[in-house]
Amino acid sequence: MQKEVMFAGFGGQGILFSAKILAHAAMEEGYEVMWIPSYGPEMRGGTAYCMVIISEKHIGSPIVKNPMHLVAMNRPSLEKFAPVVKPEGIVLINSTLIPVRSGRSDVDELVIPVNDIAIKVGSLKSANIVALSSFVARSKLVKMETLRHCVEEEFSKKTKLIPLNMKAMEEGEKAVVNLKE
Amino acid sequence: MRKVLMKGNEAIGEAAIRAGCLNYFAYPITPQSEVAEYLSHRMPEVGGVFLQGESEVAVGYMIFGASGCGERVFTTSSSPGISLMSEAISYIASAQCPAVFVNIIRGGPGLGGILPSQGDYFQATKGGGHGDYRLLVMAPASVQEAVEMVMEAFPLAEKYRNPVMILGDGLIGQMMEPVEFPEHLSSKPTNKDDWATTGMDTRKSDKPNVVKTLFLDAKVLNNLNLTLKAKYDRMKKEEVRYEPYNIDSDYKVLIVSYGTMSRVCKTAVDNLKEEGFEVGMIRPQTLFPFPETAINEAAGKKSCKTVVSIEMSMGQMVEDVERSVLGKRPVEWYGKCGGEVPTPEEVMEVLREFGK
Repeated sequence: MQKEVMFAGFGGQGILFSAKILAHAAMEEGYEVMWIPSYGPEMRGGTAYCMVIISEKHIGSPIVKNPMHLVAMNRPSLEKFAPVVKPEGIVLINSTLIPVRSGRSDVDELVIPVNDIAIKVGSLKSANIVALSSFVARSKLVKMETLRHCVEEEFSKKTKLIPLNMKAMEEGEKAVVNLKE
Repeated sequence: MRKVLMKGNEAIGEAAIRAGCLNYFAYPITPQSEVAEYLSHRMPEVGGVFLQGESEVAVGYMIFGASGCGERVFTTSSSPGISLMSEAISYIASAQCPAVFVNIIRGGPGLGGILPSQGDYFQATKGGGHGDYRLLVMAPASVQEAVEMVMEAFPLAEKYRNPVMILGDGLIGQMMEPVEFPEHLSSKPTNKDDWATTGMDTRKSDKPNVVKTLFLDAKVLNNLNLTLKAKYDRMKKEEVRYEPYNIDSDYKVLIVSYGTMSRVCKTAVDNLKEEGFEVGMIRPQTLFPFPETAINEAAGKKSCKTVVSIEMSMGQMVEDVERSVLGKRPVEWYGKCGGEVPTPEEVMEVLREFGK
C-alpha cells in the first residue's frame, strides 16, 4: 500500500532534509520512494513543505491530494494541511510553536513539544530530527535502526553533528513512548 | 550498482558525466539551477569544464563552438532560457553538429512562473529556432529515465549529427527518486572525422571540415535541407519510443500523455480499473519522432471510443495525436498549465466524462 507523508513548516526548519532522510531510509528498506519538494513562490515566502511517497510498487502520480500523514512544524502548516490528511493518518503537531490542534477526531494526533526537546538536546536546529524520530516511532514506516543509520549517512560530511542528532533521535522516540504511558 | 536517492537535476548532471561529456556551459534559471550547482563542483573533479556564460544566447554559441571542435557538450536551461538559445540551436542543426540540450520546462509564456509545465512542446518538436530543422526530443517520466535518456542522447546526437533535446518539466528536475546509473559509456563518436574541426593533422581525410551555416546558392541550400530531411526521416524509422500501458484491456478511452503528466494518468488508469472502467495509455518517450503508428493502431481498437491527449499545456501535443489518429476516433484534449498539475482525481473525472 502507498503511504504519503507531508512535512511542513518554516523555511530553515530543515523540512526538506528530514523528509529526505525518511525517503532514504525507506529506499534502504527496499521500497519505491519519491521526494517532492515545494520550490514554488510559497517557499520564497517562508513556508516549506515536502511530500514523501513510499510504496511497495511503482509510484504513479507525484501529485497527491490527500496525504496519509502530516508532520506540522508550525501553525500555518497545520492549518493548511490538517484538513486534507486521510482518516486514521498521523498528524504530528509541534506543540512548542502550535497552540491549536487539528480539530479532527478521525486522525491520530501526536502532540510533541518538538522545539523544547531539541533545545534540551542541545540545539534547536535538531528539531527536524526530533520530529522525524517521533513520527517514525509512531508510524513505524521504517525501522528506527534504518533511520538512525540514514541520519548518520546524511551527516557523513559533518560527522561532529552526529552525536547531537543521535540524541535528538533518542529523545524524539522517547517522547512518543512517554505519551503512551 | 547501489541505488542512490537523487534529485532529477543532479542526476541529469551526473548522467552526462557518465556519458563521457566533460563540457557543460550554462546560465542558471529555476527550476533547473541545481544542474549547474552540481556540475560546478563535479566537472572540475573529473577534469571537465564548467562554465557559466554571460547569458543563454552566449551559452548557445559556446555549445556550437565546442561541438564544432568535436567535443561532447551539453547545457541545461528552462523555457525562457531555451528561447534565447533557439537561434544557436538552429545554427547547430544547420551545421550538423551534435549537442544535447535539456529543457526543464516552467510555466509560460513570457517569464511565466517557475512551476512545472509542458508548454514548450511546440517549441521543442516544431522548431523554436528558424528554418527547416528538427530536434530529436525525448521526454522522461522519472529520474531514472532522465538519467538513461541523457546518457543515450549523446550517441544519438552523434549518430545524426543533430541536436537532441531532453524535455522534462519542473517536477522531473526537482523531485528525488532512487536511481541506478548504468555503466559509463565507453563509446566515442565514430564519425568525428566527418565533421569535427580538429585540424588536418589529427584526421584521416585530406578534405577540410568547415562548420558553417550560410549557403547563398539556392541549389546548395536545397540540398542541405534534403540531407537534413533524410536524417529526420531516418529518425522516424529508427528512433520512435513509447510505453504502452493497460493496452491489452478492452479500453473505452485511450490516453496519450508524457512526462510527469503520464504518471498522474497512470494512477488514474489504475484507480479506474478498480471501478471496472478500462482506460489504455500510450506514453510517448520520444516526442519527435512521434509514435504515430502506435497511437493510430491503439485508437483503432474496437472497444476504443475516444482518444484524449492529457498534457500540462493548453493543447499542443493534441495536434500530433490528431495527426496520428487520422480521424479514426474523436480526439479530445484535457490539461492545465501555469504550474497547476492535474490530480489523479481530476483526470479520473475527465475520463469518466469522455467514457460516457
